Amino acid sequence: MAKQQLISLESDSRILAAAERLMMTRREYLQFCAALAATLGLPQGADAAVAEAVATKRRPSVIWLHFQECTGCTESMLRSEHPTLEKLILDVISLDYHETLFAAAGHQVEAARKTAMQENKGKYILVVEGSIPTKDGGIYCKIGGKTAIELLKECAADAAAVIAIGSCASWGGMPSTGPNPTGASSVAEVLGKPVVTIPGCPPNPYNFLSTVVHFLTFGALPAVDHLGRPKFAYSRLIHENCERRAHFDAGRFAMEFGDEGHRKGHCLYKLGCKGPETYANCSVIMFGDAGAGTWPVACGHPCIGCTEQGIGFAKPIHAMAKMKNIEPSVFLPRIVEEKGLGASLGAAAVLAAVAGAAAGAGVMVTKNLGLSHQAEEMEKAKKEGSKATESTEV
Amino acid sequence: MTTRRNFLRGCLAGGAAAAAAVVPETACARDTLQRPPEGLGLLYDATLCVGCQACVAACKQVNENPPEFTAMEKLWDTPLDTSGHTFNLIKMYRNGTMETKDAEQNGFSFMKTSCMHCADPSCVSACPVTAMIKDPVTGVVAYDADACIGCRYCVAACPFGIPKYQYDSPTGKIGKCELCRHRHEDGFYSACAEVCPTGATLFGRTEDLLAEAKRRLALKAGDWTNVPRGRLPAKGEKPEDAAKWKGLLDQSYEVRVGNYLQHVYGETEYGGTQVLKLSAVNFEKVGMPNLPPKSSAATSETIQHTLYGGLIMPIAVLAGLTFVARRNVVADDETPKGGK
Repeated sequence: MAKQQLISLESDSRILAAAERLMMTRREYLQFCAALAATLGLPQGADAAVAEAVATKRRPSVIWLHFQECTGCTESMLRSEHPTLEKLILDVISLDYHETLFAAAGHQVEAARKTAMQENKGKYILVVEGSIPTKDGGIYCKIGGKTAIELLKECAADAAAVIAIGSCASWGGMPSTGPNPTGASSVAEVLGKPVVTIPGCPPNPYNFLSTVVHFLTFGALPAVDHLGRPKFAYSRLIHENCERRAHFDAGRFAMEFGDEGHRKGHCLYKLGCKGPETYANCSVIMFGDAGAGTWPVACGHPCIGCTEQGIGFAKPIHAMAKMKNIEPSVFLPRIVEEKGLGASLGAAAVLAAVAGAAAGAGVMVTKNLGLSHQAEEMEKAKKEGSKATESTEV
Repeated sequence: MTTRRNFLRGCLAGGAAAAAAVVPETACARDTLQRPPEGLGLLYDATLCVGCQACVAACKQVNENPPEFTAMEKLWDTPLDTSGHTFNLIKMYRNGTMETKDAEQNGFSFMKTSCMHCADPSCVSACPVTAMIKDPVTGVVAYDADACIGCRYCVAACPFGIPKYQYDSPTGKIGKCELCRHRHEDGFYSACAEVCPTGATLFGRTEDLLAEAKRRLALKAGDWTNVPRGRLPAKGEKPEDAAKWKGLLDQSYEVRVGNYLQHVYGETEYGGTQVLKLSAVNFEKVGMPNLPPKSSAATSETIQHTLYGGLIMPIAVLAGLTFVARRNVVADDETPKGGK
């Protein structure tokens, strides 16, 4: 990892050029890069590496495929309010194929995709949005006469990295919920190998962007968990960092929408919040870029667990979450709680000394009891004797 | 002065009277009392409990109890056991790695610790005055501080260790759960059940709660079932009866059936308790003692009432003791000791 100081880039013309290109001030640009590095959980110094990489490295070619989805991932990405983010997305990466954003259509677009794949063979990033229908030979989603399965396999063959964005591409998402008429499947299932997944409905744009910038800066994708989710974003439960967590710990719950507890911002667990079983960083970096209080739980709606397979779109919103974090509180007492600390060695020694002294004293006293009686007797006898002598003298 | 003859005569008479008294007194042997039919109670289901302690906080609030600190930083109410200021507490069974909830090995489980509201309470039996009273209708074991003489017999008598004395106060009282009876007239039921987010603590008539507990035990573990929260309405409850209580009537939700032990704790223990418990972990391991169907109050009251019936037995014993004492007394030598 490049051990650079951000300060060393202060007067770097490349940085200034990059900032201008992104329509930011130099300061805004550096702050943005530092924020990205922080989101990734990178150590100090990485912010400079990120800034330099974004400014100088050749923009990676990105091919963006859409399958069974609502385009919500793309839409949320474009509507991010962080300084001209859409500009940055289009400038940090070279978006060579994107069905929603392309002005061109038909054969022209397909030709562009083919050209980009040819030119950047083995170097481009493939981003997949939407699930892939597998039933009946995959006929339920076709683009340019090709099924989603064919298209995905063709594009993935020469890609440097495959990123599944959104819950649909990550684990099937909403299209895969029962009865799943199209046999909607995830990218990993279709390709038969693990890919990086950025689940969420939609996912936080920064989680995607940070992953791409990580690739750009270090030439490798960030560390992921067993489900292919980048660890920097999906290693903690929403519940763990939730702003309403204190209310949960203190047992203050909103009982129904609009009641006193709900208006006071109490915990939404009882309304079906899936925060305790959903791994995502929404509670940390929020959502929608409009400042604090702009993610679902802060707005007063329980988390629906959109990032988690088997929870989002599968479990009813009102259904209670399973407490995945029950590492039960250390404050909970045991069934039988030991009280006190037992006797320390010093205390035991002092006690033994006192007891010994008392016993010794007792023994001595008992011994002396007889002696003193004898002594008294002798004294008496002596006195009487002396009296007798006195009387005789007198 | 009593002659030896007179004394022996008296002894004989007393003994006979005592013997005569003992025979009918055994007929006053008391059976274990049973729950009143309209008795109120709670159903605690350990498999539903998530250990959030909402009930502990709510209990403190409605009973106006101060927090108790055991941690270094005095931030949270962290009592280690029920006390004069803590009437309700969630305790935790821990074993090994504590990986699985409701597992006996390498698992953990929660258990609510609060008054069981016994059908035949030992504390009421032990109370020498009328400070501990069982309500004949609701069956709530209530405490009257004005009648209490502070002897703390109830503290020693309870098999669950529930009544606790406020040792920190010079005018201490006994502290224990009274099922929020002070809130009943305003239509509020037990605060612990009211705030429980998962329905692990449920308020209702014990009869209905027992039926609900048995319904859960009959289900297959892992299946989905509907579980009520807050208050369990009585079977065939009329709307005017339901209107007596505040709060949403139906708060039920779907949940997976726990891996229950086939035992409703409190169904028969000591003649039954009005607070019932379900658990997946052995009850003795989660701090609920193994108790016979016959209450200790019935046993002790039978013995005591037999012995002290009409105070005849004590008189007879006193007479016997007096006789033995007199017989052993050596008469003082009247003549003074020959001195010098």
